[in-house]
Amino acid sequence: MSKVKKKIKTIKIDVDKCNGCRACEVICSAFHANPKYSSNNPERSRIRMIREPLKDVYLPVYAGEYAPAECMGRDKYVIDGKEYDECGLCKASCPSRTLFKEPDSGLPLKCDMCEDDPPQEKPLCVQWCINDALIYEEREEEVEEEEEKGKLEDVEIGLESMVDKYGLQKVIDTVARMSQKG
Amino acid sequence: MRYGETGFNLEIDLSRGNIERVETDPRLTELHLGGLGTNAKILWDRVPPETEPFSPDNLLIFGTGLLVGTPAPGANRTIVSTFSPQTLLMAYSMMGGFWAPELKYAGYDKVIIRGKSPNLVYLWINNDKVEIRDASHLQGKGAGETAELIRQELKEPKAQVAAIGLAGENRVYMASIEQGRSSASRQGIGAVMGDKGIKAIAVRGTKDVNIARPAEFIELCNEVMKYIQVRSEKPVPGVMPILAGLGSPAEMALFDEEWHTQNFMWGNARERRRDFWNKEIEEKWKETQKSVRTRLISCYNCPMKCGATISVPGISTYMMKCFSKLTYTMAAFSDLDFGFRIAQRATEYGVDGFSTPQVMAFGLELYEAGILTDQDMAGMPSDNEGRFYWLLDKIVRREGIGDVLANGVYWAARQIGKGAEAYDHNTIKKHEQLPLKLGMLNPVYFLMYSTGEKINITQIEGQFPQAPFPTKEEREDFVKDWIQVPDEKFKQYLLDWELRGENSNPYYPTVEMSCEIVDWQETMHYVDDALGMCAGLSSFPLKPPYHIHNYPTLISSGTGIDMDEAGLWQIAKRNRTLLRAINVRRGLRRADEKPPEDHWKKRFPELEAKLLDEYYKLKGWDNQGIPTKESLHELGMDYVSEDLEQRGIIKNEQG
Repeated sequence: MSKVKKKIKTIKIDVDKCNGCRACEVICSAFHANPKYSSNNPERSRIRMIREPLKDVYLPVYAGEYAPAECMGRDKYVIDGKEYDECGLCKASCPSRTLFKEPDSGLPLKCDMCEDDPPQEKPLCVQWCINDALIYEEREEEVEEEEEKGKLEDVEIGLESMVDKYGLQKVIDTVARMSQKG
Repeated sequence: MRYGETGFNLEIDLSRGNIERVETDPRLTELHLGGLGTNAKILWDRVPPETEPFSPDNLLIFGTGLLVGTPAPGANRTIVSTFSPQTLLMAYSMMGGFWAPELKYAGYDKVIIRGKSPNLVYLWINNDKVEIRDASHLQGKGAGETAELIRQELKEPKAQVAAIGLAGENRVYMASIEQGRSSASRQGIGAVMGDKGIKAIAVRGTKDVNIARPAEFIELCNEVMKYIQVRSEKPVPGVMPILAGLGSPAEMALFDEEWHTQNFMWGNARERRRDFWNKEIEEKWKETQKSVRTRLISCYNCPMKCGATISVPGISTYMMKCFSKLTYTMAAFSDLDFGFRIAQRATEYGVDGFSTPQVMAFGLELYEAGILTDQDMAGMPSDNEGRFYWLLDKIVRREGIGDVLANGVYWAARQIGKGAEAYDHNTIKKHEQLPLKLGMLNPVYFLMYSTGEKINITQIEGQFPQAPFPTKEEREDFVKDWIQVPDEKFKQYLLDWELRGENSNPYYPTVEMSCEIVDWQETMHYVDDALGMCAGLSSFPLKPPYHIHNYPTLISSGTGIDMDEAGLWQIAKRNRTLLRAINVRRGLRRADEKPPEDHWKKRFPELEAKLLDEYYKLKGWDNQGIPTKESLHELGMDYVSEDLEQRGIIKNEQG
């Protein structure tokens, strides 16, 4: 197998610099609105601040993979004497919580590094964090070339979660009904 | 579709336990924007002037500004309006924090509360579901403690909670409404909340706020963000540190307190300590501040760091902002460590950090003078700091002398009598002011102190430097990038303003210039207070990111309302005039419009009278400060002049 160069995109999160303002949530939800910036709602954001001001817990977490089932354990972390709530450090959109789901449809959300159309130079959350708690970094790494595995497109991820929630037959029926109407 | 605003208010009648979601008239948004403007309209329409602050007919309105919840940085303010037990006039205290955007996302622009609940309750607003819930188990709890308990019992850690402490429950006139790192503190609105029997309002919202012309709007927001960054790297030279940057004074970030400690008065606004600050104190206070300050924090969607989490060993963590750091310290002639400690207790009790220390220092002055006796102060400890804790406890519980002091300096002085009135030397319109006593009359400040409907200078001033720059070079340098001026003439006013000689206070800026400067400063505050924009990014600091030239496009692209500079100026004038009319209807007249006698050593009665005359004229008011029929007509408020005529206020006094 041959080696190929791959661009690795990272957001370095410096929690010490966070002032807890949630601008990252604001701009994320606005950017991903359709049409762009036409509405704003932190509940739709793909980055969420886990905040407990009196305990000095400020934790920006990015939406990761959709998980159809809860995981086996709900871990609690204690770092520097601060306890992070169970699921606090987790990025998954999963049934155990409302985080990272569209509030009306329940569909999972996932951070796309603002690689939307047109692609942004840096994710918007980074651009709006002028306190530099969020820093964008890029590097190139050589990786083994992989066969393009069936990468799930957005629609498929959404449908998969609907199937998990309502069952395959119900989704098929609904799509069929909608296409007849169309 | 409505843009910027949700188009719905929540109407809560506590006497009947009724909750309604009411659609608002979009025309009112065009006339008043939102926030303070529409709050004032509701108070004018629905609360007759004879209504006592503690009447069930008084309304308590939690209004969000028009741009709150949009991506506009710093648009996060709740404007709380009611009638004040302290001043008996309209009160509008404001708070930043996270509450107002949450209310917008829940689908409401305002919560309007009328009536009184027989038992202590709290409101739980969770999107479309709104409940009045029992709060008897929260009676006597601290404001911050209450917020935590409510979040726990609702199992909703993301709920934003505005709550009163014991002071509000006991209708202490300087009771605040606390909300985490922010509070609406002035004019006793927490007492009105307590009188209505509401301990707290918890909000959670997950809906959208819509933008009319997204691409245009976001570009302006991006420009604002960039400007904040650039401006933060370029502090204004030649002014004191807290006025050099943006934000509300960055008291939590700064250590240098030479200016405050040597220019503001200590005790009951009494003693200036010109040689107080030295290396040793600086080191000690810096150490204190660093040791208790866990993190610098902001309000919703704002990159500034005006607040801080404060953890003093042995007492509960709390959040602080701005100047309360020094108000207790200076009232008690104590140190910063004491300031941080007592402020924790005061914040949980929910009291105004400006008025409360002054009231306590006033009480102790009366005791020293023999007007209050050992009998009045029975049980008071002998040490200085201990006395302040003791007084604070007595005041919020309304026990003994505390029951009198809980009514603020003005009313307490009159209740106590025996010459106590003479010690009430720092109030305007019955309300405690910043502890400042200065030499030469400043005409611009004279007008703002006298006429400001807010009755609190820090939320009236801004934009124009407080004092002239000593050299021509500094002035020229300052005006170079002064894009915020509404008119180029303001640059000339500043260029010609000197420390001494002909072009200096009190006769320069001239009467006309002073009126124009005040008009500009005020206009920007009225715009901010209607939009819910923090003054710290707009009307308060020098060279802010928001100004009269970029606001119209921001408003029109955000809300779809056609707007230009003249139109925006007109709306601010309409709101300002409506507030004036509300207070005029409650009896406010020219005789009330004066700073404390000793605010300046050098006073100029003739000049002061002229300043008031000309200012009233510019505003379209008669020489009693009553809006004229013509100016009300021009602002589309004939309904106001009709009412004032019916009451004989316009006819009798303007005829």
